[in-house]
Amino acid sequence: MTSARDEILARIRASLADVPADDETDVPWAYGQPRRTDDLLDLFEERVRDYGATVQRVTGHLGATVVEALLAHGVTSVVLPAGLDPAVVDAIAQAGIVIRGDTPALSRATLDETDAVVTTCAVAGAVTGTIVLDHGPGQGRRALSLVPDVHVCLVAADQVVSDVPEMVARMVPATRAGRPITWISGGSATSDIELSRVEGVHGPRTLHVLLV
Amino acid sequence: MSKRPVRPSNAHDADRLTPAPPPGRFLDSPTFPKQSKVELGNAVQRRNLYDAMRTIRTKRVGVTSEADDWEDLRLAGEAIKNRTLRHLDRYLLQLEESLTAAGSTVHWARDAEEANAIIVGLVNAALATPQGDQASAREVVKVKSMATQEIDMNEALEEAGIAAWETDLAELIVQLGHDRPSHILVPAIHRNRSEVRQIFLDEMGRYGRPAPDDLDSEPVNLAAAARLHLREKFLRAKVAISGANFAVAETGTLVVVESEGNGRMCLTLADTLISVVGIEKVIPSVADLEVFLQLLPRSSTAERMNPYTSFWTGPTDGDGPQATHVVLIDNGRTKVLADPVGRDALRCIRCSACINICPVYEKVGGHAYGSVYPGPIGAVLTPQLRGVASAVDASVPYASTLCGACVDVCPVRIPLPDLLVHMRHKVVEAKAHGRPHADDVAMRVTGKVLGSPGVWAATTKAISGTGAVLKKGRVDHFGPLPWPLSLWTNARDVPAPPNESFRAWYARTHHKDGSPR
Ligand code: SF4
Repeated sequence: MTSARDEILARIRASLADVPADDETDVPWAYGQPRRTDDLLDLFEERVRDYGATVQRVTGHLGATVVEALLAHGVTSVVLPAGLDPAVVDAIAQAGIVIRGDTPALSRATLDETDAVVTTCAVAGAVTGTIVLDHGPGQGRRALSLVPDVHVCLVAADQVVSDVPEMVARMVPATRAGRPITWISGGSATSDIELSRVEGVHGPRTLHVLLV
Repeated sequence: MSKRPVRPSNAHDADRLTPAPPPGRFLDSPTFPKQSKVELGNAVQRRNLYDAMRTIRTKRVGVTSEADDWEDLRLAGEAIKNRTLRHLDRYLLQLEESLTAAGSTVHWARDAEEANAIIVGLVNAALATPQGDQASAREVVKVKSMATQEIDMNEALEEAGIAAWETDLAELIVQLGHDRPSHILVPAIHRNRSEVRQIFLDEMGRYGRPAPDDLDSEPVNLAAAARLHLREKFLRAKVAISGANFAVAETGTLVVVESEGNGRMCLTLADTLISVVGIEKVIPSVADLEVFLQLLPRSSTAERMNPYTSFWTGPTDGDGPQATHVVLIDNGRTKVLADPVGRDALRCIRCSACINICPVYEKVGGHAYGSVYPGPIGAVLTPQLRGVASAVDASVPYASTLCGACVDVCPVRIPLPDLLVHMRHKVVEAKAHGRPHADDVAMRVTGKVLGSPGVWAATTKAISGTGAVLKKGRVDHFGPLPWPLSLWTNARDVPAPPNESFRAWYARTHHKDGSPR
């Protein structure tokens, strides 16, 4: 009996009998190009805000700003991935917010009872107001930035690129290395009821971006 | 299918794990003209669709005109898909190799039955794995996926004693409402907020955490009820089933594009992840994603970017499912590929822009198409995938005005009107083998519509603003007319006498029952 695999491949070859073996379709596209924009950081801020998320430029002490953000959302417990700036961790500890580390990994139930998460990111894009996590140091495994209801994300100014092509280009090595990648544009949202947009379904209902 | 009560009868649910869908198979649906008459009588649906489609069209124009290289992106999207499809065997072998190297297990399925058997086997095996002393619940959580709907996977799992829980909000509304999806992106678009509230109040408690007693019909509160209802299912999930928007041959990376975070929950929290992927979803390289991650969100939800996109490349140590399976399904796709004209339809990235712009869809909604794929793409793809043997499949290629709006919005430039005409030819050819002539179908519905001034007026109004041919209530040529008149005019090519209104002309030349004088 032919395997499904062999049969499907044979069907495909038969179906494509009219296509010469050396046929190549040109893709008229220059990959990875920056898009011309005015001030990248201004645009990034504006576009993140368009999704109903909070975005704030950090001018003073980073740790203090993170604490302010957490307290503003009524956070009493937070999960902090390994690799976060120790100054930030200290400031949070001193503010009396319960810190949960993820080594060993927190159970799903504990994560669900945790109010917030603070992470860094791998790259961000101005035109679409997107942050991208490759779940490296400071970002944690994927569930950390998903289950808690508040996500405070630290974006370094030099991580902000223009648009999708540059973000994808920056994520190619991590993807090739087999790392999971998560693209986040605003908080979780749905338009499933009468196409009326509701912010906050399953993912964090609050996204707070701090631009450092 | 003909009735969708808000409070469905649950009599047949007694021995089921999940809410029963409406009885019967899609394939046995009435013809498009017949079912569309029923759907046209559903005033709630018509109003919902009218409002929703207008909103989304306007938004789409906004975000696509904002990208100054939109047309270049469309050309690139078209070219990447053609490049892949024209050597699909090669790219699939590369994909298989990369997936395997990344630690995923690849399965191939010729058709729905084979796919379902594989999936049931994988789920059974995953649930049999001891999980401490607790027996795993016989259930899976699902990411919204067209492929799993196409193969009717939920019912196959139900028969195997496994409950498949839909987690996308709209799919949840459809599932709890004992209903069928009517749109590929917003499957519950035919339901309004008060219907959704009633469904949640009536049904949630039967299958898990009940909706709060004081639930009102505000979308934000309805979404919150869904969040709570599904959270317990996510937190205990052992097995998740997803589709994939893209499968990257170079790396074995799968990509899911979503809004709510239910996708991330499934992709991240389960121990075993099974992804059901149509063979046409493969793209060559990671870099190609830059084209599609611009085209897809702007065309589908009309946003610059959708809230969440997940890439995964096999299992990751200490993060997410430790077993990842990919089921590659044919289920008619190689048949579509065999037709050098029709194969363009395989470029489809399921964005739904063609559905949202379609004046016919806007009037009748998705159920009349008798398939999980409605609108222009459904009218082309369904008869390609399933053949034109059934009454409904032979009728859907006529469910179009050929007004051309769909081809302009399609992000991968599928020539939908050409393909509709192409499929009409196939239907006509099939007649030679003893099937009912499409013209007969067209004639019957045309007569009905023209016999009713209300419907005719609504039909002419439907296309004003779409750039179609009717002006000031006069018809000066029978080019592409709006559906359902197009059923007739597009099947024939008849000049209209000048200075005579179409209705007057029709009355003069036709009997009351619609037959020509
Ligand atoms: S045919 Fe084109 S417009 Fe329609 S859903 Fe597919 S990609 Fe989108």
